[in-house]
Amino acid sequence: MDKNEIIEKEQIAPNIHSCTVDAPGIAKKALPGQFVIVIPDEYSERVPVTIADWDAEKGYVTIIFLEIGASTQRLAELNTGDDIYSFTGPLGKPFEIENFGTVALVGGCYGIGGIYRAAKTLKENGNKVICFSEARSKFLLYWNKKLEEVADEVRYSTVDGSLGSKGHSFDLLEDNLKSGEHFDRIMAVGCTFMMYRVARVTKPFGVKTIVSMNPVMIDGTGMCGACRLVVEGETKFACVDGPHFDAHKIDWNIVSDRRKAYLEEEIISKER
Amino acid sequence: MTDKQPSKKPKISPKKTPMREQPPEERVNNYDEVPFGYSIEEAVTEAKRCLQCKKPLCVQGCPVEIDICEFIGFIAEKKFKEGIVKLKEKNILPAICGRVCPQEEQCEKQCILGKKNEPVAIGRLERFLADWERNRGEIEIPPKHRPTGKKVVVVGAGPAGITVAADLVKLGHKVDMFEALHKPGGVLVYGIPEFRLPKAIVFKEIDYLKKLGVNLYTDTVIGMIKSIDELLSEYDAVFLGTGAGLPWFLNVPGENLNGVYSANEYLTRANLMKAYLFPKYKTPIIKGRRVATVGGGNVAMDCARTALRLGAEESILVYRRAREQMPAREEEIHHAEQEGVIFKLLSNPAAFRGDKNGWVKEAECITMKLGEPDDSGRRRPVPVEGANFRLPIDVVIIAIGNSPNPLIPSTTKDIEVSKWGTIITDPQTGKTSKKGVFAGGDVATGAATVILAMGAGKIAARGIHEYLKTSNW
Ligand SMILES: Cc1cc2nc3c(=O)[nH]c(=O)nc-3n(C[C@H](O)[C@H](O)[C@H](O)COP(=O)(O)OP(=O)(O)OC[C@H]3O[C@@H](n4cnc5c(N)ncnc54)[C@H](O)[C@@H]3O)c2cc1C
Ligand SMILES: Cc1cc2nc3c(=O)[nH]c(=O)nc-3n(C[C@H](O)[C@H](O)[C@H](O)COP(=O)(O)OP(=O)(O)OC[C@H]3O[C@@H](n4cnc5c(N)ncnc54)[C@H](O)[C@@H]3O)c2cc1C
Ligand code: SF4
Ligand code: SF4
Ligand code: FES
Repeated sequence: MDKNEIIEKEQIAPNIHSCTVDAPGIAKKALPGQFVIVIPDEYSERVPVTIADWDAEKGYVTIIFLEIGASTQRLAELNTGDDIYSFTGPLGKPFEIENFGTVALVGGCYGIGGIYRAAKTLKENGNKVICFSEARSKFLLYWNKKLEEVADEVRYSTVDGSLGSKGHSFDLLEDNLKSGEHFDRIMAVGCTFMMYRVARVTKPFGVKTIVSMNPVMIDGTGMCGACRLVVEGETKFACVDGPHFDAHKIDWNIVSDRRKAYLEEEIISKER
Repeated sequence: MTDKQPSKKPKISPKKTPMREQPPEERVNNYDEVPFGYSIEEAVTEAKRCLQCKKPLCVQGCPVEIDICEFIGFIAEKKFKEGIVKLKEKNILPAICGRVCPQEEQCEKQCILGKKNEPVAIGRLERFLADWERNRGEIEIPPKHRPTGKKVVVVGAGPAGITVAADLVKLGHKVDMFEALHKPGGVLVYGIPEFRLPKAIVFKEIDYLKKLGVNLYTDTVIGMIKSIDELLSEYDAVFLGTGAGLPWFLNVPGENLNGVYSANEYLTRANLMKAYLFPKYKTPIIKGRRVATVGGGNVAMDCARTALRLGAEESILVYRRAREQMPAREEEIHHAEQEGVIFKLLSNPAAFRGDKNGWVKEAECITMKLGEPDDSGRRRPVPVEGANFRLPIDVVIIAIGNSPNPLIPSTTKDIEVSKWGTIITDPQTGKTSKKGVFAGGDVATGAATVILAMGAGKIAARGIHEYLKTSNW
């Protein structure tokens, strides 16, 4: 509906880009946890990407994306002043946000951006907000200051130990839970592996854990069924019923199989 | 004036003038349209078969009441320009209807010639005129009424929405149209394959709509970026033509394995995202060596035929009733058979099994037999005890039907829906339970046909025009 002009684009960490788009209609409506579908150019796929930040007044929407396959590579090639071929949103249900008490937000890769507005809104709703930000190494972390500004505390973990605790966010979270720290709710955004591990860590402690699922999607409006997941034995469409689900009710085996579906094709389309 | 001369009527050919088409062995290797269309000579010959009835029965079979007799008369006289004008008075999408209308159930079923011989090939003639005009490149823009100052919003750019938009803009109303996807056309673009309906034709029709003055906004999901109540505060009336896009699944074990698609996903990848041109277009599709399509309607035929074109060695259609009960058009079944689609009739999948990586590898099917007729009058398929069989396959496409997407009703509580999820409308006006909101097409009827969606659009356009004039609800 809008012109989708790129206002600002920046590589914020190796292979990770932030991109701010002029999309006033979406900026006016966006809520934490919703996503957009981006088509960089006519030949690209429809790529679902979380809305990381927005400015309703200016009409700007910011996304954080990883350069992975052919379509996100194409997106990375676009520059300030270019128009994005198609930019649709906001899609999906927002995070459920109320005064829960103490909330842990876990973000990895694009999810560091993905938890930022949730942290802000949760804080505004009177929660104590603790963010867990993770990466392989310190230089792959971003938005540290932004997170520190809105959260009560940010705990870093890096696989190489260059900042914060050594290991993954879910290792740190497990340590915290084991040492008796109490959380009323945990929310995680990032790669499937991380979210799965968070789910496993929190289950024995009985903390309600919400994960932001990222299955393959096409339309994002409930029309194709590509994004289906099984939650408590029932088929759900992540784009309209989610993307946020109770991590302890998801059938993770199906999730991990469905993620790998297009591996071979993705390699071909990247080579061409 | 007494002596009666025995009138020498020219003999009418009992059969339709045949239409040339790509031979099956050739066309399974490309995505191009199958039939070539009539030449001028063929069209005139066919038009001359029409008796120019005083009371043409054919018209009663057409849901939008095209003056069939008259436009065919113009073709017979080679007055193609007059013919297309006549046709477009009632149908703004003749190139599309001429291709995909189930003519044999509608206009051609009523044609008087059909009583003894083959009816006049009305659909083919309609297609001929539309193609003639498009190829000529000069499209007449009809004169517009004076602006009324009223604003209408059309949600969904499928055949229902297109019809409403065209009719209302011609009456002088300002019309904005919102479409969720990045391309307009609805099922015509994301569902029906290129080899049956070339997309260039649909986009030409959309261009025509824009030339009429309709403002089209793609990438706009109503219910998300704007609610219906917000639209009502900006516009005088709202039309919902959002179709029936929610895919049904069988709800059997193994349906979430890799390689199991809904028909919508399969066709959207292939058509809208142009996966048949992969890797130039980046959306992948699993091609499959042995592809099973479950279902027996037009959608299933489209999937089974698409699978062949994508390179499947075997494309197998699994349908739980017999051939006679298939809801697909005869022409589609015939084309599928010619192309080598294998029909596994009276069979129904009970489960899918996968390999260790989560890829589907076989379907466990139940053999069925026909029992007593059900509500639809068709004999109900019942399982035969102990007659299960295994079908080795590597892709499955579930094409058993769709219902309306609940996105708008679920975000607009005061729009009443039936227990099937269809929006309840007044059949005379298209009015919904919510003041100022009209609906029509598949969203109101459930999955139906292009021409019925257009018919519903015509009715709603009249209803909206009346409402804008009188403000009476
Ligand atoms: C609701 C939702 C929100 C999302 N938000 C974001 C976001 O904010 N930023 C972002 O960068 N991505 C996000 N994603 C994931 C993103 O959509 C994919 O990374 C993207 O589709 C890749 O497109 P591509 O064509 O470049 O790569 P493809 O060619 O499709 O994929 C290349 C390779 O990467 C793998 N892959 C794809 N996606 C993921 C993933 N999410 N995790 C791990 N491996 C993956 C594939 O299996 C494949 O091997 C989100 C997904 C969903 C469903
Ligand atoms: C594969 C296939 C083959 C078919 N073959 C034939 C055939 O041969 N002959 C025939 O007569 N009929 C056929 N049909 C049926 C026919 O296509 C439909 O009946 C017809 O398209 C219905 O028109 P519609 O305008 O009601 O809806 P649609 O064509 O479904 O259009 C609805 C549009 O609304 C958009 N939309 C939905 N929700 C929103 C929202 N919230 N905001 C904005 N936009 C939205 C959708 O993206 C879509 O573009 C076929 C259908 C399919 C799926
Ligand atoms: S629109 Fe369809 S039913 Fe009407 S005349 Fe044309 S082909 Fe026949
Ligand atoms: S009923 Fe048949 S013969 Fe008569 S006018 Fe219609 S098309 Fe012609
Ligand atoms: S992406 Fe198509 S139904 Fe969710």
